[in-house]
Amino acid sequence: MNLLAALGARTLRSMGGFGRAAIFFMDLLAHVPAAFARFGLVVHQIHAVGNRSLVIILSSGLAVGFVLALQMYYALVTFGASETLGLVVNLSLVRELGPVVTALLFAGRAGTSLTAEIGLMKAGEQLAAMEMMAVDPRARVLAPRFIGGIISMPLLAVLFSAIGIIGAWIVGVVLIGLDAGNFWGLMQSRVDVWRDIGNGVIKSFVFGVVCTAVALYQGYETEATPEGVAYATTRTVVVSSLGVLGMDFVLTALMFSAP
Amino acid sequence: MSRRSIETLVGLFVLMGMGALVFLALKAANLASFGEHKGYTVSAKFDNIGGLKPRAPVRSAGVTVGRVKSISLDAKTYQGVVRMEIDNFVKFPKDTSAKILTSGLLGDQYIGLEPGADDKELAQGDVIRQTQSAVVLENLIGQMIFNRAADAGSGNGGGAGGAAAPKK
Repeated sequence: MNLLAALGARTLRSMGGFGRAAIFFMDLLAHVPAAFARFGLVVHQIHAVGNRSLVIILSSGLAVGFVLALQMYYALVTFGASETLGLVVNLSLVRELGPVVTALLFAGRAGTSLTAEIGLMKAGEQLAAMEMMAVDPRARVLAPRFIGGIISMPLLAVLFSAIGIIGAWIVGVVLIGLDAGNFWGLMQSRVDVWRDIGNGVIKSFVFGVVCTAVALYQGYETEATPEGVAYATTRTVVVSSLGVLGMDFVLTALMFSAP
Repeated sequence: MSRRSIETLVGLFVLMGMGALVFLALKAANLASFGEHKGYTVSAKFDNIGGLKPRAPVRSAGVTVGRVKSISLDAKTYQGVVRMEIDNFVKFPKDTSAKILTSGLLGDQYIGLEPGADDKELAQGDVIRQTQSAVVLENLIGQMIFNRAADAGSGNGGGAGGAAAPKK
């Protein structure tokens, strides 16, 4: 009986959590226009979330481009199709790896910093103090960070894909010696701007919404203790990553099913 | 960090992102061929369009002169109707023929135009009369097997008939 009661309590807590998260998200969206009125805050947040992530995104993109080119080359050369390396790397990056890997790195780097910052604000009672002063913390603190996140994410994903392709060019054309004309030419004839790049950008925008909203929610709802903040930051990474991978499956199925 | 330098850095970041997007679109995709040339649309009817897809190239003498715009089925004659856009730079005679060819052995299919000798030229909305449908690999293989079977059958029948006759 105790076990059943525990299961019931657990389920009710989870449902309550879903409900609170949904209400939080609606609230966040409702405060977005107010945040645009104070654009200085948004710019500050884009710097904190986007600029500060540039180093890891660019270096990961370069590394992923290198490795992808090497691995694809070894696989393709057995079929005699090594001149399609550029096309294969481009499609993998722009359709999938760019948005998804950027989102995972973003959740790890920017998501945890958002959660920790808001969690510490809550632990230090800054949010309560703001409410006392009739400053809405959701408009002042949360909404600018949300907008900063959803603006930065697509930019970072596109930068990741672009530098990945350049990395693949370095390995494929400069180091291995494949034909540069084929490398760029096949890409230019087979990659569609709207279907491939456009869908990739839409994906990265959705992932940005997921990662930022999860990070802000975990920070806002954390227990006001140091352990609570630490727990919330790990939860951010886990929930964001699962959300990104789940949404990736759904979006890929919707966007790239047979024409 | 001063407010000015933060704004500058953010501006740089957004510019870099836009630049990467432009790089991807121009260098790594087919945006460069968008809307640069204006063209005129002609259509052609085929018995079988094979694997032709929209946006497939239209080539003459191997040089790309246009793109396939849309493919549909004519409900009355049950033929495939292919509408293609040809560059304004090149005009074709009215008796040009259109064939569906394959690049390489198993590559993508494209439309090959062979110019005729008419004085009048194709204009917007004209129909190409001479067409040749795509080669369907399965039909070819079926034909080959049928021919082989027919050869083998006539060889055996002739030999058996010849052997039976002298015995009588």
